[in-house]
Amino acid sequence: MMSRPDGSFDEKRLNQNGDPGGHQSVSTSAHNAAVGPETRLLSAFRKDTHHRKVCLAGREYYSKEGKTFELRLVGKIKQQLSADPTLRPEYAPSLGLIDFTRRATEAALGKSSCAIVENRVLGVQTPGFTAAVRLGAELLKHWHDVSAAWCGPVYLSTPCDDSLAGIFQAAGIQDIREYYFWDDRQRGVCLEKLLEDLERAPQQSVVVLSVSGHYPTGADLSQNQWAVITQLIMRRRLFPFLLLPVQALCYGELERDAWPVQYCASQGMELLCAQSFSHCFGLYGEAVGHLLCVLKQSSLRLSLQSRAERIVQSLWAQPSVGGAQVVATVLSNPAHRVEWQLEVMHMVERCMLIRHILRERLRLLGTPGSWEHLTQQRGLYCCAGLNGQQVEFLSNRRHVYLLPGGCLNISAINGHNLDYVTESIHLVLTTLL
Amino acid sequence: MMSRPDGSFDEKRLNQNGDPGGHQSVSTSAHNAAVGPETRLLSAFRKDTHHRKVCLAGREYYSKEGKTFELRLVGKIKQQLSADPTLRPEYAPSLGLIDFTRRATEAALGKSSCAIVENRVLGVQTPGFTAAVRLGAELLKHWHDVSAAWCGPVYLSTPCDDSLAGIFQAAGIQDILSGHYPTGADLSQNQWAVITQLIMRRRLFPFLLLPVQALCYGELERDAWPVQYCASQGMELLCAQSFSHCFGLYGEAVGHLLCVLKQSSLRLSLQSRAERIVQSLWAQPSVGGAQVVATVLSNPAHRVEWQLEVMHMVERCMLIRHILRERLRLLGTPGSWEHLTQQRGLYCCAGLNGQQVEFLSNRRHVYLLPGGCLNISAINGHNLDYVTESIHLVLTTLL
Repeated sequence: MMSRPDGSFDEKRLNQNGDPGGHQSVSTSAHNAAVGPETRLLSAFRKDTHHRKVCLAGREYYSKEGKTFELRLVGKIKQQLSADPTLRPEYAPSLGLIDFTRRATEAALGKSSCAIVENRVLGVQTPGFTAAVRLGAELLKHWHDVSAAWCGPVYLSTPCDDSLAGIFQAAGIQDIREYYFWDDRQRGVCLEKLLEDLERAPQQSVVVLSVSGHYPTGADLSQNQWAVITQLIMRRRLFPFLLLPVQALCYGELERDAWPVQYCASQGMELLCAQSFSHCFGLYGEAVGHLLCVLKQSSLRLSLQSRAERIVQSLWAQPSVGGAQVVATVLSNPAHRVEWQLEVMHMVERCMLIRHILRERLRLLGTPGSWEHLTQQRGLYCCAGLNGQQVEFLSNRRHVYLLPGGCLNISAINGHNLDYVTESIHLVLTTLL
Repeated sequence: MMSRPDGSFDEKRLNQNGDPGGHQSVSTSAHNAAVGPETRLLSAFRKDTHHRKVCLAGREYYSKEGKTFELRLVGKIKQQLSADPTLRPEYAPSLGLIDFTRRATEAALGKSSCAIVENRVLGVQTPGFTAAVRLGAELLKHWHDVSAAWCGPVYLSTPCDDSLAGIFQAAGIQDILSGHYPTGADLSQNQWAVITQLIMRRRLFPFLLLPVQALCYGELERDAWPVQYCASQGMELLCAQSFSHCFGLYGEAVGHLLCVLKQSSLRLSLQSRAERIVQSLWAQPSVGGAQVVATVLSNPAHRVEWQLEVMHMVERCMLIRHILRERLRLLGTPGSWEHLTQQRGLYCCAGLNGQQVEFLSNRRHVYLLPGGCLNISAINGHNLDYVTESIHLVLTTLL
């Protein structure tokens, strides 16, 4: 996960597998057509030579210097672990490091959760968030019926991470549908339309819900909205698959960010939850993903574990444990935990500050539109409510790259680009396109 | 990949996901029935309380103390990398670190391979060897026909890694068949020539496995001679590699899938498909281990130092093979043991049947791999006598 800097904003991700002989392969249009919009976007940013270009489309948390960074405590722990002579290189268990899955499970459900006490919970460490979703999809195929393969439907929010559909489909679950989520006019979640869509979902449909820090809009459901939605889910016998790719960066606390998971579990629901500790530990791409499974009865746990092991055996055999050990070491030690919490809180507060400054700047410029949602919502991502044309204008004419749907990564805004970004947003919203 | 020692021989692999409240789940027979023979074996070994118990069924290379260990150079490189202030945590590209895939590709094909020069090669870093095989299986589904899904047959050797069939089947390739194959043996160069002739004539597709590269001859490229040979015949092929053993980087995402195509024009669409598949599996691999491998293999001085450590492992394996053969000869153990020293590498087959393997585990507490094979490196000064006596006993006892 450590790479030599090519520049900031994850430009390394764009290095497609070049000719091992030393020449970069030339990308053809056929090649580009096959990759997702996010990859095309980052590729275009990398090729852009404009001196003021700004990328607001990356996924990681960026420092005020515009770079990813290693948390101080993480660096310390890594050094301790590498200097420890009693530690030897070993394969992890197939379901991952027990210390990690224990802490990850507690981070989602809370230590004293009934589900944990009643042994109705299974936690699996995975090589990242995507792998956790994939494992969940594979488990869902035979969740209700061991013999028949369930193949959907799965409901995804609009908008959502554009790789999600592909993960379910690759697992053989072809029927992917959408439920209304982000409303441009309201600059937030439109609950009525969301409920309408879910009301029509057939029984056993899986509903993919963001727990906190919704990607890419940043719009999260309120506690009241969660109460209403879970009522519907239980009444219509739907299955919740909760996503927590950026745990802790909304409120600076693992358990607080995961409140919806605790709430669903307290209602006696079964659920899946895909988590990642990559952002709150600065451990990008280091196999600190986790799939949490909450069952209705503890008697089902062992067969679920069996199935999970069999699936893992056919996918990656076992996860790597370097990152998981850091996470487990920090979360098991109260002193470390306090120190880590401070670094995380700093990231959260910086995001809130940028949101306030952004809202204030746009207000002072007199930029049309409502910007209250910037500070009402929390976390890494937010939606600027721009349409496709406006997003294209921003990238082509202003060299400011947003996520598809007009969303952006708050942490990517800093002292160097704040003025240019706010002027650009103002410009695109006051220019007739 | 670093774990606190529970004991040697990978006992950590047996720690099923215990109750997060702190209690270990009790394994039921229903649970056990679902896991492979290797896991059951390791599980039985762990529960065995006999003071002389010996596990010869692990996968890693064990030192003479019976433990896995970090290569000295690897420890050094890891410290250098972690102390480097210019390195920042970042997601890798979806197909992995380019420096790693370049070196891994060269390690299999040789630097001056035509296939590389002609741009007919794609290398993908994967989260381990299993993941490389899975990615290969997924790519095979549409290798010849983008629209129709190919579903087999796949021919596996007997015996083989018992997880292979499951990997292909999980990818939707149901038709898995076993070919009869000399057990525990590597093919000679002559045998490779004959087999590749047949493969080309019958239009079969070779999927080559290299899970323990460099531990046969102590050199990456030499161990991979068959891959170079197939490529030199103009064949298309897949090759799953792992650098875990020769770098002591167990479970650290240093797997690699090498694809050799017949024409360079096919390369970009293959890369596209690989990226799409990776996007639905793990998104990107972790790069810590891959950086160590790339750093070592790109630096001539590092490479020499690394080579010495690897050669030491190889020579120790050869020595154990000789000693084992000699001991069995001295004991007058029935059977032919020439193959022990004619073959190389980490694993060998003792030619025991199921009953005999069970006798060894139940009565002598000596655990072998299914099929009566064993991990040579797991034999050391502490258990050599007991192991050779046990083998002698089981082959001279009427069961």
